[in-house]
Amino acid sequence: MADYKSLIQEQIKSRPVFVYMKGTPNMPMCGFSARVVEVLKMAGADFAHFNIMDDMSLFEELKTMNQWPTSPQIFVKGEFVGGCDIVCELFETGELQKMLA
Amino acid sequence: MTLDKIKERIEQAIPTTHVQILDLGGGDHIRAIVVSPAFVGKSLIQQHKMILDLFRKEIDSNDVHALTVKTLTPEQFDNL
Repeated sequence: MADYKSLIQEQIKSRPVFVYMKGTPNMPMCGFSARVVEVLKMAGADFAHFNIMDDMSLFEELKTMNQWPTSPQIFVKGEFVGGCDIVCELFETGELQKMLA
Repeated sequence: MTLDKIKERIEQAIPTTHVQILDLGGGDHIRAIVVSPAFVGKSLIQQHKMILDLFRKEIDSNDVHALTVKTLTPEQFDNL
């Protein structure tokens, strides 16, 4: 089995924001993933993504790691911040922009 | 899963002052708005987790495909 824990650690530290999503920023496969990408772009975030549909085992590891059952999952500066609802709320309150500054 | 069942499960699990469950379409896209004193002093992640954890089985089985959550403390709710 691939060492998903190390891989995830590497990914989440590779950019200020890292998104585990269904699909890609150009072609999101789920409404929530699409919204997160939209919000990150509005916030001017420097982000990278991983399409969980490319490797569902990695997503299973992520779910266990964060004790979070759904996608997308968003990391800011290596820290798990939550899913779509939380990121949207953090953007609306300006908190996300502060975290990225 | 019916909207009433969702509401009931939340109300049985945590003390709430207000719970509203909306069907955003198809019966498997649900929005839950929960006002609870149990959220005081907790981070957004912790608050959302308290709700999501109640439906882990249904989320995993895709019975509930999408659950969007809005959590508020009673004080936040009163200030809306």
